[in-house]
Amino acid sequence: GKNEYDLLVIGGGSGGLACAKEAAQFGRKVAVLDYVEPSPQGTKWGLGGTCVNVGCIPKKLMHQAALLGSAIKDAQHYGWNIAQPVHHTWSVMAQAVQNHVKSLNWGHRVQLQDKKVKYFNMKGSFSDPHTIRGLTTAGKETIVTAENIVIATGGRPKYPTHIAGALEYGITSDDLFWLKESPGKTLTPFGFDVSLECAGFLTGIGLDTTVMMRSIPLRGFDQQMASLVTEHMESYGTKFLKRCFPTKVEKLESNRLQVTWKNTDLGTEESDSFDTVMWAVGRAPESETLNLERVGVKTNSENGKIIVDASEATSVPHIYAVGDITEGRPELTPTAIAAGKLLAQRLFGQSSELMDYDHVPTTVFTPLEYGCVGLSEEAAVQCYGSDNVEVYHAYYKPLEFTVAERDATQCYMKMVCLREREQRILGLHFIGPNAGEVIQGFALGIKCGATYPQLMKTIGIHPTCAEEITKLRITKRSGLDATVTGC
Amino acid sequence: SVQAHKEDKPQKLLEMNGHTPVPHSYDYDLIVIGGGSGGLAAAKEAAKYEKKVMVLDFVTPTPLGNSWGLGGTCVNVGCIPKKLMHQAALLGQALQDSRKFGWQFTEEVKHNWMTMTESVQNYIGSLNWGYRVALREKNVTYENAYGEFVGPHTVKATNKRGVEKLYTAERFLIATGERPRYLGIPGDKEYCISSDDLFSLPYCPGKTLVVGASYVALECAGFLAGLGLDVTVMVRSILLRGFDQDMANKIGEYMEEHGINFIREFVPIKVEQIEEGTPGRLKVIAKSTNGNQIIEGEYNTVLLAIGRDACTRTIGLDKVGVKINEKTGKIPVNDEEQTNVPYIYAVGDILQDKLELTPVAIQAGRLLVQRLYAGATTKCDYVNVPTTVFTPLEYGACGYSEETAVEKFGEENIEVYHSHFWPLEWTVPSRDNNKCYAKIICNIQDNERVIGFHVLGPNAGEVTQGFAAAIKCGMTKDQLDSTIGIHPVCAEV
Repeated sequence: GKNEYDLLVIGGGSGGLACAKEAAQFGRKVAVLDYVEPSPQGTKWGLGGTCVNVGCIPKKLMHQAALLGSAIKDAQHYGWNIAQPVHHTWSVMAQAVQNHVKSLNWGHRVQLQDKKVKYFNMKGSFSDPHTIRGLTTAGKETIVTAENIVIATGGRPKYPTHIAGALEYGITSDDLFWLKESPGKTLTPFGFDVSLECAGFLTGIGLDTTVMMRSIPLRGFDQQMASLVTEHMESYGTKFLKRCFPTKVEKLESNRLQVTWKNTDLGTEESDSFDTVMWAVGRAPESETLNLERVGVKTNSENGKIIVDASEATSVPHIYAVGDITEGRPELTPTAIAAGKLLAQRLFGQSSELMDYDHVPTTVFTPLEYGCVGLSEEAAVQCYGSDNVEVYHAYYKPLEFTVAERDATQCYMKMVCLREREQRILGLHFIGPNAGEVIQGFALGIKCGATYPQLMKTIGIHPTCAEEITKLRITKRSGLDATVTGC
Repeated sequence: SVQAHKEDKPQKLLEMNGHTPVPHSYDYDLIVIGGGSGGLAAAKEAAKYEKKVMVLDFVTPTPLGNSWGLGGTCVNVGCIPKKLMHQAALLGQALQDSRKFGWQFTEEVKHNWMTMTESVQNYIGSLNWGYRVALREKNVTYENAYGEFVGPHTVKATNKRGVEKLYTAERFLIATGERPRYLGIPGDKEYCISSDDLFSLPYCPGKTLVVGASYVALECAGFLAGLGLDVTVMVRSILLRGFDQDMANKIGEYMEEHGINFIREFVPIKVEQIEEGTPGRLKVIAKSTNGNQIIEGEYNTVLLAIGRDACTRTIGLDKVGVKINEKTGKIPVNDEEQTNVPYIYAVGDILQDKLELTPVAIQAGRLLVQRLYAGATTKCDYVNVPTTVFTPLEYGACGYSEETAVEKFGEENIEVYHSHFWPLEWTVPSRDNNKCYAKIICNIQDNERVIGFHVLGPNAGEVTQGFAAAIKCGMTKDQLDSTIGIHPVCAEV
C-alpha cells in the first residue's frame, strides 16, 4: 500500500530535527521518532538529541559558569570589592542549566507541532526498507511506513568495559550534566575533547579534578595546540596523570571510588580515591538496535557507523543518514544540521546542492579556548611537505589580562599557509578567550579561498585579540621571537 | 642643533635606494611629528631600513592641566584605557550573572574608581616606557618637544622648559592627531572634563552628564553606568553620526533600558560651579534645539564628547605651504599619504576623509615607509575597514551601512538579511532575549556579494574581525551560507 509519510526521521537530534523541519517547509508529510535509552546510571532526557541535552549546550553553560569564576577574580583587580570567600554551589548551576535544557526540549516540541511534523516518543527499528517498528517505554508497538527514511540516531558515550568496575561505578557526560549533587573529586579519562572540557569547568567551579591520559591529548587535533591547552589547564589547577591507564575501579565503604592505574613511564601501579569517575573515552554510534542488517544498510564493521555517499545516501535506496551516526563525518552539530537541511532540499526541493565538509571550523571549550579551521600543522606538512608550508605565528596577551594580572603564556595563534606565490591559507589555529567568536569569520574567509596577502590587507579592529591574526608576520622558519609587543 | 656629521652617508643610502642624490645634507632622513599610533609605527618601520629617524612628541596639557607620556591618543586617552574601563563595567555585569550560575558572595558589591584607575594608569605607564625603550633600541631619536615647521625642510622643537632647537630632514611625516573639542560656552574649559581627563581622574566622577552622541560619548557613558554611576547623555540630534542608524538606535535603546538617561535635542549653553570638590557640584543650563525651552540639571561631572579637532593649525604648515581644509583642519593627501608638498606626508586622524582608527594609522604609516625606503608599492587599503564601538552592547561593523548602500546601489539592488539572537550565556541569567542582532547587506547585482556586515552583541570585535577578512576576499551570501557555524557561539548566527 501507499506509505504513510513522505519522510520519517529516526532520531530527534540536531541533524534529524533540522531535516524534518526543512522537509515540512515543502509541505511534506513528515514524522520524527525520538527515544532516549536511559544511561547505565538511569539518566534520560527529552527531545533535542545530544547537543541540547548532554552536549554542546549544557557544556557551554557550565564552561561559562567556570569562566565567571575567573571573572570574579579579575573583577577585584578592576576595582570591584568582593568579600572573600566566594563559593560555588553545584545545585544552583545544575538546576539553572537543566531548566534551560528543558525549555529547549519544550521549544522543539512546539516547533514540530507548528510545522505539522508528527512526533513519536518511540524507539525505532527496521522491519523492511519502508517500515519502522516503534516501541514506547511501556512496550506499546506502532508501525510507521515512509517513502524516505533518514537515520539520525547519533551516538552515546562508550564505557571501557574491559576495566573492572567501569560500568557499575563510573558515569559519562550523559550523566554529568544531570547530576543533582556535586560530582566532588573527579577523574576524567582519557584526554579527548569531552574529557578536557569537563575537567576544565569542574576545576573552574572549584572541584578537585584529574585527567588521566594514556598517550596524547586531543587526538586528531594539532598537537602543538593540544599541548598549549593542557599546559594551561595544568597551571589553572587541573591535575594530569600522563602515560597512565586505569586497570580497575572499586567501591569503598564510604561510597567513594578507588581507582587503580598503571603508570607506563615508571612501570608502577598507583591508586587514589575519587567521588566520581567520568568516562570520556569516545562515543559509539547508536546503530545496533536499528536492525540495519535486516534491510541491508551497510555499516563500517570496525566502528558500527553507517556508510553514506556524498548525498548522505546509504547502501539502500530511499534510506539516508546524517550526523554523528555517519562514517567519515565530523561529529558536530552544525554539520549535522546543514547536512540534514540540504538533504531535505534535495529530496523535496529541487536542489542538487551537496554538503561541503571541507573547512569546518570547530572550538574546544577548555578554560583557555581553542578554535581552529582547516589543517593542523602536521597534516599540512604531511600533505604538502615542510618545504611547501609556511607557518606564521604569534604569542599575544589579551588586553583584559593586563590589569587582571592573568598569565597569558599559552595565548597563541598560528596560520598554516602554502608557501607558493598565492600563499593560500590551509589552517588557522587560535588559543585564547572567545576562540569560537574569533575563528568563525576567518572560517568564512578560508571558504572563500583566503590567502595570506589578503588577510594582511585586512585592517585590524583595536583593541581585540582577533586583530592579531591580521598582524601575523613572524614565521616559524625564521626562528625569530614570536611574542607580540605593544601597539 | 647643527649636526657634526654633514657627511655623504645619507646620500649614499639615498643612492642605494635608487633615489637621485639630494644636494642638501639633512640632519635626518625622516622627522615624525607626533608619537602616536601612526607616527611611532612609521618611525619604527623606517628604523628597520636603517634610516636616521627622529620622533617629536609633545602633549599640550588639557585645560585642567592633564598630560601624558609617549604613545599618542590610543595608548593614553583612547582605545586602551577605554577598553579596560569597558571591561571593568562588563565584569560588573559578569558578577551579577555569576550568581545565576551558582556563585555566591556578598549581596552588595561596590566599585572603587581609584583601584581601577590606578591599575589602568600603571598599565599605560608601562606602555609609555615600552615605547621609549623600543625607540631607543631601534636608534630612533626621540624628543619630548613640540614640533612646528619654520621653513623648508626645517622644524623647530620646543620642550617643556621653552628651549628651542632646529632640525632638518629630507622628509617629514605629520601624525599629530586630534584633541577633544570644547563647546565654546561659559564654564566649559573651567569646569568640564573631556576624555583627555577622564581616564586619569583622581576621584570618582559621580553623577555624570555626558554631552555628545559620538562613539566616545556613548562608550564613556556606557562604562560609567556599568560601574554604578548615575549617567545622563545629552544629545543634540542623532546618535553615532556616520554609523548605520538602525544599529545606532538599537544601541541607544539598550543603553536606555539599562539605566542611562538620555536628554534629546538639547545643547548646554552654560556651566556653573555650585560647589568645589573632588568631585564638585555643577549646574548645567541647556536649551532645546527646537524652540525656546530651557532646562537645568545638577551633576558632579560634565564630560564633553562632541567631537575632535585636528592638531594642524599651530604647527607652521603655512610656512611650508601644506594645504589644509580650512573648515575642518584636516589634511588632504593622495593615495600615498603625500600632502601637496612632495616631501611632507601625513597619516592618522588628521587625514581628510579617512577613518580615525589606530590600526588604519599604523597600517598607513608602515606601508608608507615601506614604499619610501624599501621599494614596496603596496598602498593602504582604506576600503572595508572594520570597526567596533565598545558600548555596553558592543557593535561591530564592516563595509556599508544600510542607508549608504541604499544610496549607492538603490534599494531594489540590495538585499538585507538579518536576525536577532540570544547568546547562550545570557539564557541562564535571564538577560534580554531580543537585543542581540546581526545583519548583512548584499549587492544583488554582484552575485549577492556581502558589502556590509553589522553585529550587535557580546565580543562584537572578535566576531567582526574574521568577517572583515572574508569581505576582503569578496565573500558572497552563498559562501556565507555554506560555511559551517561553530556551535554554540554568537558568531555562528
